[in-house]
Amino acid sequence: MDDVATGEPLIVLDSVNKWFGPLHVLDDVSLSVGRGEVVVVIGPSGSGKSTLCRTINRLEPINSGTITFDGQKLPAEGKALAKLRSEVGMVFQSFNLFAHKTILENVTLGPVKVRKEKPAAARERGLALLDRVGIANQADKFPAQLSGGQQQRAAIARALAMQPKAMLFDEPTSALDPEMVGEVLDVMTSLARDGMTMVVVTHEMGFARHAANRVIFMADGKLVEDAAPAEFFANPRSERAKDFLSKILTH
Amino acid sequence: MHVFSDPKNFDAFLSSFLWILKLTGASAVGALVLGVLLAAMRVSPVPVLRGFGAAWVNIFRNTPLTLVIFFCYFGLFVTLGLSLSQDLFLNIYWLGVIGLSTYTAAFVCEAVRSGINTVPTGQAEAARAIGLTFAQTLRIVVLPQAARSVIAPFGSILIALCKNATIVGTIGLMESSSVMKDLINFNGDAVIPIFLVFAGTFAAILIPTGYFFGWLANRLAVKR
Repeated sequence: MDDVATGEPLIVLDSVNKWFGPLHVLDDVSLSVGRGEVVVVIGPSGSGKSTLCRTINRLEPINSGTITFDGQKLPAEGKALAKLRSEVGMVFQSFNLFAHKTILENVTLGPVKVRKEKPAAARERGLALLDRVGIANQADKFPAQLSGGQQQRAAIARALAMQPKAMLFDEPTSALDPEMVGEVLDVMTSLARDGMTMVVVTHEMGFARHAANRVIFMADGKLVEDAAPAEFFANPRSERAKDFLSKILTH
Repeated sequence: MHVFSDPKNFDAFLSSFLWILKLTGASAVGALVLGVLLAAMRVSPVPVLRGFGAAWVNIFRNTPLTLVIFFCYFGLFVTLGLSLSQDLFLNIYWLGVIGLSTYTAAFVCEAVRSGINTVPTGQAEAARAIGLTFAQTLRIVVLPQAARSVIAPFGSILIALCKNATIVGTIGLMESSSVMKDLINFNGDAVIPIFLVFAGTFAAILIPTGYFFGWLANRLAVKR
């Protein structure tokens, strides 16, 4: 998977800074993600990796620096921001499915309300997406009736229904029971294989090894390392990364 | 019961409660619409709207209703000349509806806002993340779920509104408490029966209302 498409990068962060009160949660972070590239962000908790992920569709505003998506600077708010968000899929740790809507309605809501697609067409495409993530038979159930793994796959289908240019994953498997992690990672791996541009915040080192083009290591709000997975896991350059890897890989 | 066997008194009694029901109905609609709008302002990303909503709630929730109703009559009508009907009583009625709606909307707003807080913020984030606007997020995702947890408090607000409607009597509408006072003035020998009839009528209207809202709240409770 080294034949990543070149050309103008899809996502560019330039000297991004963000504070939560006195906490410097993103410290001069610069990063660019090419089209079709899969970037995995790892690091200890509190390192700012989730915040980094959330700034890309401006769920978290930033204090300074610039973020560019597909050649366009992120709009501050309003219709332009809503349009940008519709082009960036997001998958959350806690699934965040709409509790009062069925699984299929969760998937078709965006296409119908944002893209103004015909309900019948959206439904057909929604069912195909649910089939792709392996839960077509759950279409008419409500989120609370599904297992965590199924809910997360539904959430991925909901994001894909918008036909996004990139997908952001904010610790997508951290809230799952261990036996359900695999089914979600399988869906993500197949997405990566199909050429989706992805930014994935995760603790799944296996996924980072086999599906990522690049691994970003963050600590204390700083982007500490940016390397190919094989290189990063074999020869981490920084002490922080060595320390982090020694803690998670010895078990 | 000789008081109510006089058809003139009985008619006054009936029409007084009709006024109460009309005041309650119209003000409930007004307060609901206004209250939801205010709640939307209070959770909106626009600071000016948030400030407006907060100011409304703090002003009207902390002003005695009697003062609000007096202001509608002496301020809006007498001083500013706002006349809402040629008919004397209808004019007072509509002034009363304005006062009751503005006042009750403050309580509706806070009930809706607490209902909004029961909807996990992640769902609103997910809605924004697929490109829904703020208004769409509120209308399609947040409010339908908030509504379910707001029904029980709405029952209490409606009951309070119905009883508060008697205050419109102070600006001259012949609603229940004014009629009761008149009947007592002319029938000093039957004070307690008169009082019990009026109080009993309120109870007969409001107790089922309370049970109805309790039943509705249970039926629509969110399953998580």
